[in-house]
Amino acid sequence: MADIDIAAGGWTSEASRENVRRRRRGELWLKAAGLVAITIAFAMLLTLLASLVITGFRAFTQTHVTLQVTLPPGDETPSFRAATRGAIEALFEGADEAQKREASRILSSGAQYIIESHVAANPDLIGQTFSIRVPVSDPYDQLAKGLIDRETPEALRRVSDAGIAAFDRLSEAGLISRPFNTALFVNADSRFPELAGLKGAIIGSFYALLTCFLISFPIGIGAAIYLEEFARKNRLSDFIEININNLAAVPSVVFGLLALAVFLNWFGLPRGAPFVGGLTLALMTLPTIIIATRAALKAVPPSIREAALGVGASKQQVVFHHVLPLAMPGILTGTIIGLAQALGETAPLLLIGMNAFITAAPSTPFDSATALPTQIFIWADSPERGFVSRTSAAILVLLGFLVLMNALAIYLRNRFERRW
Amino acid sequence: MEDLRLTERLVGTDEVKIQARGVNVYYGESHAIKDVDVDILDKTVTAFIGPSGCGKSTFLRCLNRMNDTIDNCRVTGSIRLDGQDIYDRSVDPVQLRAQVGMVFQKPNPFPKSIYDNVAYGPRIHGLARSKADLDEIVEKSLRRAALWNEAKDRLDQPGTGLSGGQQQRLCIARAIATSPEVLLMDEPCSALDPIATAQVEELIDELRANFSVVIVTHSMQQAARVSQRTAFFHLGNLVEYGETGQVFTNPRDPRTESYITGRIG
Repeated sequence: MADIDIAAGGWTSEASRENVRRRRRGELWLKAAGLVAITIAFAMLLTLLASLVITGFRAFTQTHVTLQVTLPPGDETPSFRAATRGAIEALFEGADEAQKREASRILSSGAQYIIESHVAANPDLIGQTFSIRVPVSDPYDQLAKGLIDRETPEALRRVSDAGIAAFDRLSEAGLISRPFNTALFVNADSRFPELAGLKGAIIGSFYALLTCFLISFPIGIGAAIYLEEFARKNRLSDFIEININNLAAVPSVVFGLLALAVFLNWFGLPRGAPFVGGLTLALMTLPTIIIATRAALKAVPPSIREAALGVGASKQQVVFHHVLPLAMPGILTGTIIGLAQALGETAPLLLIGMNAFITAAPSTPFDSATALPTQIFIWADSPERGFVSRTSAAILVLLGFLVLMNALAIYLRNRFERRW
Repeated sequence: MEDLRLTERLVGTDEVKIQARGVNVYYGESHAIKDVDVDILDKTVTAFIGPSGCGKSTFLRCLNRMNDTIDNCRVTGSIRLDGQDIYDRSVDPVQLRAQVGMVFQKPNPFPKSIYDNVAYGPRIHGLARSKADLDEIVEKSLRRAALWNEAKDRLDQPGTGLSGGQQQRLCIARAIATSPEVLLMDEPCSALDPIATAQVEELIDELRANFSVVIVTHSMQQAARVSQRTAFFHLGNLVEYGETGQVFTNPRDPRTESYITGRIG
């Protein structure tokens, strides 16, 4: 080795110091690049959330007007239409004709049905005068939220001058309020933004995910256990493994087409049902669960298997007494992440008809329904102004559920993780 | 090697427990064990020594058919436990492993309580008729493994919380809980500090009263300390097998001599 000239001058020499400086610069660069990347990612995330919140927050309140409704005594089937009309017209006594004409447009067209169901719940209100808060129609909601510029020429505005005057009259009388928009959560879809809600979509998504979980979780774990613990490693198992990995990468719309062909056209299952949506999502989630489960099984140290085999446990006992419990946190995490992915999946649900306009929440998984992502899709496509903010609000709700599911995954992982 | 008191070590019995004849092991194409004949005696500690990769662990794992779990491993020849061929079709490896217990290189307790670690074997083999039975087996096994005094107050605590030496003794307790005839130990002290090693070695000597113990070790000193008989493996061949005193003081084969004097290995 004597003929090789190493670091002439030793470790304090100028050459060696320069070498150290060069390495330090390299490290600094790497660190800076990492910081920049993370900053960009965070900025993007913040921009997304900020834009959603800025457009969406208005949808969480809804302008209401308080009416004094009088129902004639003795009439068991009163005309709620007439009563509602009477109630709003009573507020415009002495006003000019133009305002009176606008008055009934201020109310949401669903107002009479809200009064009707309120009376149905409290039958003793018949024959009395009572006060009730009903939503205003979308243009006046926009006006109240300051989204309609009063300076714009009347012809370019969605509410007329008379309408603004009528609304201001109600405002001055202190009859206008803007409470939390409960309709967004307790109503199903509607043509009218002020009445539209996510209940149908949330229940549809719940049924679809439940179906997806019940099908993909046992099958996925079973397949993974077989492949990882029992199957012989040969060309066939390699082929199966490659195909499972490929399936995980197949675009979701392709699964939608498959579901359309098989579940709807061949098996004749109902169109747009969350059950069928769940089956479709299960097709997509299966590879994810299989891959996550196999990884979790693989991560169980071989020493545990040897220990169990060494005391005379059978293969099946090794798997069910030792390996599977130890792999459970990983399996659950993978499953929940797979389900979270399925929750946000839109394309396959569009293909099996879960984007229909349905105004009632499904009562069974076999009724037609929408799901959260398809509901967002429908609202994003709607022309009414009120749906702009409601689309953002629905996205926030969907993101909320996703955060919740991921939090559950983290909790379960920490809860069940065991050291060895 | 004068301090090893080799002359004191008498073989307890001449009764053959395990008889291996013409054993060959192949991993795919590679020939790991070449035509090994060996008789392992009852109530005796037999040490397998040899350089890394000489096949001593592989041969040990043939004795309880742990090699079955390796896909491309093939074993030929005959290995008889009390006259019964353990590779016979009628023998279930699961039953065999209750008869031939095993302790591994790295302590590998289950991530369960100390009690459950020891009780697992008896439970799956249905050795205890009642909870009291099981309690007794657990206590007896822990006592035999010299762990009872340290563990009796914390039986419900995880076995993974014990120190390394305690974990290894727990693994020994687990292995003897099914009352095996033979106890195989694959370098049981290589992950332990010297004090824990001394405790385990002492324990091995006590276990000899009830079991036939086969121990694979890298340390020739350990082989000389604990065993009555020693087998030297080299490149898949059983080079020499005899009484420990004879193998270490007066080896017949020049390869054995080279190994124990540190020239090969």
